[in-house]
Amino acid sequence: MDMTKKVLVVFLSIVTLFLGNSAICQDAEIIPVVDETALQDSNLIEEIPLLPQPPGNIYVTDSPNDGGKSLTIKWEKSPDDGDGLNSVVEYEILRAEDMKGPFESIGSTTAGKHEFIDSTCNRKNTYYFKVVAKTPEKFKAESGISEGISPVAQWFDRTRLSMLIAVIIVVSSIGFFLFRAKKEELYIRKIAGLEAIDEAVGRATEMGRSILYIPGIMDMDDIQTIAGIAILGSIAKKTAQYETGLNVPVSRSVVMTACQEIVKESYTNVGHADAYYPEMVRYLTDDQFGFAAGVDGILLREKPAACFYLGKFYAESLILAETGFSIQAIQIAGTAESSQLPFFVTACDYTLIGEELFAASAYLSQDPKMLGSLKGQDIAKAIIIFFITFGIILESFGIHWLSNWL
Amino acid sequence: MKREIPIIITFVTGILMIIDFFVPHPPFGGLSSLFEIFFTIIFSFATILGILALSKINIEKIYRKRETYGYNIVLLVGLVTMIFCGLVWGIGEKSPFDFLYMNFMMPMQSTMFSLLAFFVASASYRAFRARTPEATLLLIAAFFVMLGRVPLGYQMTKWVPEVFPSWLHFLQLPIIANWIMDFPNTAGQRAIMIGAALGIASTSLRLVLGIESAHIGKE
Repeated sequence: MDMTKKVLVVFLSIVTLFLGNSAICQDAEIIPVVDETALQDSNLIEEIPLLPQPPGNIYVTDSPNDGGKSLTIKWEKSPDDGDGLNSVVEYEILRAEDMKGPFESIGSTTAGKHEFIDSTCNRKNTYYFKVVAKTPEKFKAESGISEGISPVAQWFDRTRLSMLIAVIIVVSSIGFFLFRAKKEELYIRKIAGLEAIDEAVGRATEMGRSILYIPGIMDMDDIQTIAGIAILGSIAKKTAQYETGLNVPVSRSVVMTACQEIVKESYTNVGHADAYYPEMVRYLTDDQFGFAAGVDGILLREKPAACFYLGKFYAESLILAETGFSIQAIQIAGTAESSQLPFFVTACDYTLIGEELFAASAYLSQDPKMLGSLKGQDIAKAIIIFFITFGIILESFGIHWLSNWL
Repeated sequence: MKREIPIIITFVTGILMIIDFFVPHPPFGGLSSLFEIFFTIIFSFATILGILALSKINIEKIYRKRETYGYNIVLLVGLVTMIFCGLVWGIGEKSPFDFLYMNFMMPMQSTMFSLLAFFVASASYRAFRARTPEATLLLIAAFFVMLGRVPLGYQMTKWVPEVFPSWLHFLQLPIIANWIMDFPNTAGQRAIMIGAALGIASTSLRLVLGIESAHIGKE
């Protein structure tokens, strides 16, 4: 009988193949059912998935040095991750605020890893976690549930201990010289770019042309802009005294307001308040190259005798400085952007390099307290140079504790 | 009080920012991001101030028919058109604002940026003239770096053996160029950066303590 059945099945299969999708075959229905069932059975036997083994020993700890927003979840990898069936490709992390759930996915990590940092926690809540091992076919195996834990906020970020020590050294050094500056006169070396300010203003006065001053292209939240604006006050006083025109195009409206205030104050302080008008400081645009185009236009039309570029600059630095050079203006630049310094050095007569820009305000004011802060800064630099040299020696001998600590 | 209030605000804000850097615990942790929001709000209002000042200066120039007042008309027309298009049709893709930005602003920005190529050439010509020992050194360094960064430099010295003797390998132009960039250049840049960082720390301290107040117009 078995043989007869097998022959019948083979015969019917052949008929099906020949008839294909014919109406007769579709109406009959019975034939494909027999055939497909047989096929499905055989496939099932071959492709029964083997579920991965779940990750084990899930434990959660508070992430250190944060404000109580983060937890670190660790687990033992599934035996089928890189070993065994080698079928795990991903771990999904589930979180719930109650042990009974509902658990929601908060992220995933690739196979081979056994740690995940959840940075979306609230320190007022308690969290429970599960880790799910997944295969490419999306078969899953869940770990057990972790113990409930709440993140804790720390009062000090230990990773910034070395920074705190550096800050203490720098502040102590500056503080010491601030105190000392009151008692004795401090020597500060001459800065050629700042000595040349008088020369530049004098030249403009003799030629009967104006002075152009740009305090960088960034906003008031940038320390270089503040340094640039601080120097503007000294220059505005000189232009007021010599009755020389001053033109301050700016690219930020907050900077415009601050510059207007400083220029007005400077003109008032030297008794030339009537010579001040708000349009001395004019806002052009926030757009970097739009601003460069605007300043280039001013340079070519008004041909100022002296140009000052003191603040933060990017790619427009060379466009401005080269246009200023083409009109034969005396140019003094200063920035802490190391990538723009070569352009200024090439195209300008004098350049304040890096720290000189920040020292300019103190240098020009000759205020003992400000000069004291410069001296303190130099001592801090000497201490840092000592540490760099010491670190080079240690690293050369294969001793890494200092670089690791830093 | 006009001078004292900004100094007090600077002091309090500066101290809070330093605490925020070292103390992650609430209420200090995250204060910096809160202050950034404050700054964004102030910046938004200040933009209106900037537009008003810009309009005032340009309208005045047109009214008095100053020389080149045609540029002022172009500026005001552009300003009003962009604001109008942005307010009426929004600034999304395929909006009139987007069209104007992509077809007017972008080409003009690119034009200004492309000027740099010519300015670099003219500035380099002046900088690399061997008038002093320093300029000569700069010229030699620039010669190796420029040649080492182009295929011609590699082709010129690729015959230099790489294996034996090993020191000859250094004579390949791309390797000389990389050495100049990685060692003398990086050392110089780091020296400037360390100096600038200390300058920033010192200036910040002066600002926080109220010693430096030239930026608010105080003597």
